[in-house]
Amino acid sequence: MIFSPTPSQTVGPYFAIGLPWELGPLAVTRDAPAAIRIAGTVYDGAGEPVPDHLLEFWQADPDGRFADMHDHGGPSQLRGFRGFARYGVEDGDGSFEIVTVKPGPVPGPGDTTQAPHIDVSVFARGMLHRCVTRIYFADETEANAADPVLARVPAERRATLLAEPVAGGYRFDIHLQGPDETVFFAV
Amino acid sequence: MTEQAIEPRRIYAAVTDTPTSYAREPPDAHPPLDYPPYKSTALRHPKQPLVYLPQTITEVTGPRLGEGELGELDNDLTRQHEGEPIGERIVVSGRVFDTEGKPLAGTLVEIWQANAAGRYLHRWDRWPAPLDPNFSGAGRCLTDADGRYQFTTIKPGPYPWGNHYNAWRPAHIHFSLMGRAFAQRLVTQMYFPGDPFFEYDPIFNSVRDPRGRERMIAAFEIHETVPSWAAAYRFDIYLRGPGPTPFEA
Repeated sequence: MIFSPTPSQTVGPYFAIGLPWELGPLAVTRDAPAAIRIAGTVYDGAGEPVPDHLLEFWQADPDGRFADMHDHGGPSQLRGFRGFARYGVEDGDGSFEIVTVKPGPVPGPGDTTQAPHIDVSVFARGMLHRCVTRIYFADETEANAADPVLARVPAERRATLLAEPVAGGYRFDIHLQGPDETVFFAV
Repeated sequence: MTEQAIEPRRIYAAVTDTPTSYAREPPDAHPPLDYPPYKSTALRHPKQPLVYLPQTITEVTGPRLGEGELGELDNDLTRQHEGEPIGERIVVSGRVFDTEGKPLAGTLVEIWQANAAGRYLHRWDRWPAPLDPNFSGAGRCLTDADGRYQFTTIKPGPYPWGNHYNAWRPAHIHFSLMGRAFAQRLVTQMYFPGDPFFEYDPIFNSVRDPRGRERMIAAFEIHETVPSWAAAYRFDIYLRGPGPTPFEA
């Protein structure tokens, strides 16, 4: 490292002026085959919804390929797949909803394979730096059991990373603090 | 998985034009999540230790955001309405590098800011300063091959906020950088040199390293000014650089 990095600062309460856009919550086009919704609520340490959160999601497609900006030899072939979603609104109530497809497994460190997962960045007023978490899927018991990242998470906290199947998709709540505090990662 | 699926190992092995890991940053590179002088951090910071994430393909890749999606005037905040916004017209430009000094091309830079009176065009901003019908306060652009970006805007005003008695934010422009990978994502704020509010602002001072605070202050740049038109500030941004090759050790 030759230069020191520019430090992070909070997004503050007014990011909706600049960051959200109409198709932001769509990681894939609405009419994509196998499109699902992932929805939930972000809570603070008092159990109150966080109305001014901004969430970003990054994931592989069902074949385990990314809509990446780099040439890694196998970009996603899924039409309309962005693999990225951003959710944030001017008049928030703490909830979010994105449209995406369920990701496939991707390689992990060494010879491991990672279970289907979505990387999530959480920003908000009162957060001086983003917090990173991952969405895993509660119905992927076998893949989750072999996942090298979940293996690093204390067993009693792993459930905070599991999205629960619901009609049309999955539910995933985020607790910034408190008894159900979501696991956050040092990236 | 469909029949298009390829064996996962191969995808990873083919990552060539981008780092396969990013350097872990020193603990004081960014502000602490728990910072009592900034009151809203109290209920919004995790109390459990962060779990170490070995960087994988998910973290070292990132979206092609903004390509072919930006409008011509997206980086000129003074020309997005019928008339001209009120205030001091400025050009804000700079380059985006990684911490090795390599320019980052094609990365999305998004900004948002208050108007010259320090008022945001946002329903929740209720302090009694005038809105400007000719100023929305949002801009975006992609960096060019040299990592360069440029915005034309007006200088935002400082404004009071409710953190403590007589709290004021120094004038600032919010910056969002996608970087070239999930691991490089950064949201920060650009400040103006010599702002008298610096020493009273817990958000600015949440960066404990003085060099880090210095990094967030733009420089007045006479060579970038536009004669008879606009003053200019330069703000270079450094995103984390490559780390050691991760999985061979």
